[in-house]
Parts: sequence; C-alpha cells; structure tokens
Amino acid sequence: MTTSQPHIELRDVGKRFGGVQAVSGVSLRIERGTIHALVGENGAGKSTLGKMIAGVHRPDAGEMRVDGRLVRYSSPREALADGVTIIAQELALVPQRSVIENVFLGNAGVAKSAGSLRDQRRRYGELQDLAGYAVPPDVRISSLRVADQQKVEILKALAREARLIVMDEPTAALTAEETARLFEVVRGLRDRGTSIVFVSHFLDEVLSLVDTVSIMRDGKLVRTRPAVEETSESLVTGMLGRSLDTSFPPKVPPAPSAPVVLSVRDLSASGLVEDVSFDVRAGEIVGLAGLVGSGRSEIARALFGADTKSSGDVSIGGDRIDVRSPRDGVRAGIALLPEDRKDQGLLMQRSILHNITLPHLGRVSRAGVVSRGRERRAALDLISRIGIRASGPMAAVSTLSGGNQQKVLFAKWLFGGPRLLIADEPTRGVDVGAKRAIYELIHSLAAEGVSVLVISSELEEVLGLAHRVLVLRSGRLVAEYDHEEMSEERVMHSIFATDQSSTSGTSS
Amino acid sequence: MTRTDDHPAVEVEPVGMIERIRLSGTSRLRISAVREYGIVFAFAAMFVTLSVTSPVFLTSANLLNVLNQSSDVGIIAVAGTLVVIAGGFDLSVGATYAVGGVVAAQLTPHIGVFGSLLAGVLVGLGFGLANGAIVTVGRINPFIGTLASQIMIRGFALVLTGGALISVTNTSFATLGQGTVFTVRYAVIVWLVFGCILAYILGRTTFGRYVYAVGGNAEAARLSGVRVGLVRGATFALSGLAAGLAGIVAASRVSTGQADTGVGLELSAIAAIVIGGTSILGGEGAVWRTVLGVLLITMIGNGFNLLDVNPTYQQIFQGTIILVAVGIDAFARRSRR
Repeated sequence: MTTSQPHIELRDVGKRFGGVQAVSGVSLRIERGTIHALVGENGAGKSTLGKMIAGVHRPDAGEMRVDGRLVRYSSPREALADGVTIIAQELALVPQRSVIENVFLGNAGVAKSAGSLRDQRRRYGELQDLAGYAVPPDVRISSLRVADQQKVEILKALAREARLIVMDEPTAALTAEETARLFEVVRGLRDRGTSIVFVSHFLDEVLSLVDTVSIMRDGKLVRTRPAVEETSESLVTGMLGRSLDTSFPPKVPPAPSAPVVLSVRDLSASGLVEDVSFDVRAGEIVGLAGLVGSGRSEIARALFGADTKSSGDVSIGGDRIDVRSPRDGVRAGIALLPEDRKDQGLLMQRSILHNITLPHLGRVSRAGVVSRGRERRAALDLISRIGIRASGPMAAVSTLSGGNQQKVLFAKWLFGGPRLLIADEPTRGVDVGAKRAIYELIHSLAAEGVSVLVISSELEEVLGLAHRVLVLRSGRLVAEYDHEEMSEERVMHSIFATDQSSTSGTSS
Repeated sequence: MTRTDDHPAVEVEPVGMIERIRLSGTSRLRISAVREYGIVFAFAAMFVTLSVTSPVFLTSANLLNVLNQSSDVGIIAVAGTLVVIAGGFDLSVGATYAVGGVVAAQLTPHIGVFGSLLAGVLVGLGFGLANGAIVTVGRINPFIGTLASQIMIRGFALVLTGGALISVTNTSFATLGQGTVFTVRYAVIVWLVFGCILAYILGRTTFGRYVYAVGGNAEAARLSGVRVGLVRGATFALSGLAAGLAGIVAASRVSTGQADTGVGLELSAIAAIVIGGTSILGGEGAVWRTVLGVLLITMIGNGFNLLDVNPTYQQIFQGTIILVAVGIDAFARRSRR
C-alpha cells in the first residue's frame, strides 16, 4: 500500500441533476488496496459519488486523479481503460446467456483471441483463482441466485482487469449468509491488491468489512476516518448531523376486545403456501417471519389477489371475500405495499399526485372524470400528514429519495382508508431517519384501527414492530409468539427449525 | 422537471412555458427542456420560416389546406397516441382505414349515406377490438400482432372489392369529405373535435390516468387494481375506431372506396406521435403533442411545395426530423440518469 500516491484522488468534485445538487465540494483519497466505504442516508450523494468515480456520471465541478493522472471520464468505458469499474445495484448481465459469455462480454482483449474457446476457458479458470471462488461457467445467468450473479459481475470486472471496483449497495438483495460470503470475496480481492469502493447503508456490515469510512450528508463529505475509529452510533450521528434514537416506537397492543378484521382459514397457494390459518384484529400489527421463500410474501400476494391460484377462506370484517385479482383486493379494503417499489409499486416518471390517487381514483372523480381540485386537496393532505419532502405534488416520483418514495407508496394506500395494510419490506432501501418515520406511521395506522401485516427480512424490524409474530417455514405456519413470548432467539430457532422451541409456540 | 403533458394550459400559454424553462435554474436551455418543448419550438420555427419565405403560406386558404391535408393522419395519430402511451403499437391502422372506406362505399346504395358511414366506423372499431384481444387475451407482442392483423385486414379489403375501385354515385356521400362550413372543411372539424375529445379523455378522465399507469409500469398498475388488459385493449379499440373514421372521411372526399389506400399511413401516424415528443416506451406523452407533430409534418410538405423544392428532398428532411426527435428523447433519458 502506497500512502504517497492514492489510487484515486478527488478534489472539490460536484454534480448537479436538474435543480438538485447531488454532490458538492467533495475531496477524497482512496488508497490502493483498501476497502473504502461511502455511507450516508439515501439522497446523501454516496451512489452519485461512486458513479462519478466509475465514469457513469460526469462531474460538473472539481477534478479527479487516477494514479496521480488527471482524468475526465465521459463514459464507464473510459474509466475501464484505467481499470476502474462499477458493479451497480441493478446488475448488468444478460440473463439469457451463460456465465462465461457474460464474463467476457464486450471484452475486446479476449475477443481478439476468441477463435480459441479453450483460451477463454483457461482464462476463466485463472479469473476464478484470482477471485478465490468458482461459478459454473456454462449455466444461464437467469438460473443463478442474485448472490451468484454478483460473483459473476466480480469475475467480469476482473476479466476487464479492473483494479478499482465500485460496489453500489451490493448486499441489498442478499441473505446474511450470502453477505458473509461476499465479504470474504471482497477481502480476498483487497488482499490481492484491488481497491474497493463500497457504497452501503448497512452500517454494521460496513464496519466489519472496510478499512476506511467516508460519511456523506446532503451531498457533502462529513468526514473520512479509519473504520476502527467509528462505531455504528458514531456513523449514524455523522450521517444525520444529530444523534437519533433508532429504536422502535412503543408498542400499544389492541384491546383484547378488538374485533377480528382479517380471518384466514386453510389458505394455500400453488405449492408455496399450505393450509395457513390465522386472524388479525383491528389495530393489531402482526409480523410474518421466515426465510425468503418460506411463503411470507406469497401469503401477502394471495390475500391481495396478486397471484391467481390460491384456495382457502378469507374474511374481512366478518364478510367472506373472494379475491381473484388485485382489483378485488383493493375493493375489499386491502392495501399491499409490494416489496419492490420501483418495479411493483410506483410509476416513477409520474407525479406524486398521480401515484397517490391511482388505486382509488374513483373517490376524486365523478362519472369517470377526475376532479382536479378534489384530487389535489386529497393529495396535499396526505403529503403533509405523512411528511413527504418534495418540491410539490407534481414532482416526479423519480426525483425523490428512497425514503420519500416509500412514503408516497404509503400515501397511495392510505388514500383509500384500508382495513388491512400488508407491508412487504416497508423500509427496504430507506435511510435511518425515514425508517423511524415509517415505523411511527405504521403504529399510528394501527392506533386508528387498521390491521397491519408486516413482512421483513430484518428480524429486528418484525420484532420491533409487531404485537404478534407468525413464523413460516416451507409454506407452513410453524409457530406463533405474542408480545411477551417473542424473542430474537426463539423466532430464529423457529425459522431455522434448529430445536424444539418451534413446538413450544402455540401453532394455530 | 415535472412533466406537464396532461395540462392543456401549456398549449395555450406558450409564454408561461418559456418562463418556466428559465425558472428551472440554468441560463442555457437544458436537454430535458428541449425534449419537453422541442415540438413547440420546431413548430413555431417552421411556421415563422414559412411565413417569411412564402407569401402564400400565411393565407387562410393555405392554412386550411394544411389542416385538411393532415386530417386523415391526424385522426389516426391522436388515437394512436393513447396506444403508444399505454405501451402498445398499432400497425394495422392503414389497412383498417382502407377497409372502413370500402365498407362505407359499398353499403351506401343499400343502407344510405349515414348508415354506411357509421358502418365504416364500426368496422374499424371491430378490428380495433380484435387487435385489443390479440394483444391482451392472446398476449401477443403488439408489434407482431398488429403486423399480422394488418395483412389480414388488407386482405379483407381486397376480398370485399375484388381489387376494383368502388365509386359512389350518391352525391351526399361526399358531404363529409368535401363539404364546408364557413370555408372550413367538415373533415377538419371532425379531426379537431376528435382530437379534443381524446385530449380530454387522456388528460381528465380516470381512463386516461389508467392509460399512463399501464404504459408507465404495468405491474404497479395491476397491483393498484387497474385492469391492465382492459385499458390496453380499449386503446386499440379507439385506434381502430379512429382508423375507420379517417377511412370514411377519405372515402367521402373522393367518393370512392379503395382497398389499396392508406399504405404506410400507420408509419406516418407513429412518426407524428414520436415527433410530438410522446415516448415510444410508453407512460409519457400527450395528445396536443401529436397534433403539433402531425401539423409539423404536413407543413414541411406544404412548405416544400410552396417553395418549389424537389419533393424528393422532403422525404430526407422528414426522416431527419424523426431521427432528431427520437435522438433528443434518448439523449434526455440518458442525461437524466
């Protein structure tokens, strides 16, 4: 590691998107052969900074040096020529092609010798050695898990002789175990001399992995320090500019006399959910815990009518409902906040206003004509009630930060006054400050008598929010814990079926 | 910058619009502004240029002529705008246009002028519904689906006529295409009224909102309770109806039904939609944009005639404009990342 000349040096770098100053006046040194984290709230500018380093965005102020040489990248390709590349949050692989084809895709250096497939195989073997793991070269990308696709992205970066890799939120879609394995890979890369810029907002992960941490806030650099000098509390304080209680709001369980709103009996859905029965009372927050694929999201989608094939009896407020499509779900008073807000939740190019009123447009319309005054009033009301920060109700959703986008999703479903709210990963990709606001929102809804089902990959979130937790494993309900009984340890054991504690819970 | 497509205010208040661009913070015009209002600038520039260079252009006779010439493509393109915004494509409109005129011409001796014209429109609606079913129920890519139906519909037209021209002797058949009120052709009125109706539907109704939602993010729309297939199918039905309507206007204009008319009309319509600034990827756009797009294309043809330029260059010029329009769209998307 040479401290005299950093791998990358930024001086007063800035970038503006339209009216938003995404990054301003950032000066930073990234030392060779280190893992350097960029942390900050959503919208703090950490991703933008990472993308500028890799040539995805062109800075409009300041200067950047790579190996001491002044550079001005106008495309990722130019950055790659200097051995700088990015693994974006949305992976850039061709799903229909094989692993090896993707790894050498567009790689001019190999294309010249592409006459010999054996050369490519040999080179692939070398790359695997370099990376310290193996991925079968001939399987299709689409058949791989996200974690393995990420490994392919790393191989691809190595094939292009990348010496600095920017990783943008690489663990967002990974399980804890997969994350741990990715970290081993990343450490291995560092030990072989590759520099890594690691953009993330999982603070504990960052601290366990990286050598240096830079904190960003409102597009500016707060500070850069060795990771050993930071704690997750100090990072949060730095990110927010104040210390924040990240704990959960106090729980107010519903009165024992509260009526049952949602009643589910023998719900089954195409092999993913089998004979699940449970009740949710008015004002009650029930958490669904389980691994990905345990049937958590599938139950939510079946209740809402998002997937067609399901059987069983579902009643809302005592009335049996037959939900065959999301339209039926909406009419029955069910709201589903889907796990992926960009693909399933929001119209990114449309305004906040148009997103909010979409599911219940009829309420602000007469004879099929939208009353713009009523619509605007309703939306402004929700925007201020939920605390969406935006330039106005006509601002495109794509211009908002992740937390505010998630709030728009909440506003959209609150507009209809739901009886049952199903929140699938309500705080995914949301910064610390917005998380707390969303937790409070969920609590206030429950206090108003809305029944809430919360699904989250973060067990802490399920336990912190829910009055009662249902544990799912392989599509079956295996345990139930009420407020006094629930503990991380017990629920974990039930999720993984590691001991008898799963039978001690009252299975319904 | 906020999209304001569905706000007709932009159309009638160009001054406010220019102020808005200045307010957006930079002294230089940004690419997104060019994309947003490029059609307005292009239209204005062309209008001013032709007004200055040709003494004939800015006469009411010539301007009405431009409107009349653009009515066929115009009627089809304003409905096509809804199809494109909903994420679809309709390549069958040229053939439907022909079949609508043929049916109207053939039925006139039997059921009278009004009934036969109505029948022409309804046949268009029928083919539109069929296209909608192909795309939504059949889940066939709209590009391929309507490419196939176009060939079939053109075949129907040929079967009906046996390849011959169907002349209509009843003189009142020509009223729709040739009649005027205060020197304005009925065809022009039909076009402008139809355009206003569709602009209203798209901009002000719940259905219009669903059209944007379906094209912008079909899965999010579905999970919001929108009946995606129904909305998409309805845009195709409207497109077919518009093609039938344009077809009877054209047949009335020449008192003839022809099976081989309207070849390539679908591409002119799509060109006008794209030049107007409606996104080819769906989810964004507006009817007023398409109206300006249609008029711009017609003005180019008109200008080339008035200035006595070799019409061959007209095609090169039109193609270039389409490329520029799509290029600006692509560039704006890239710079927005």
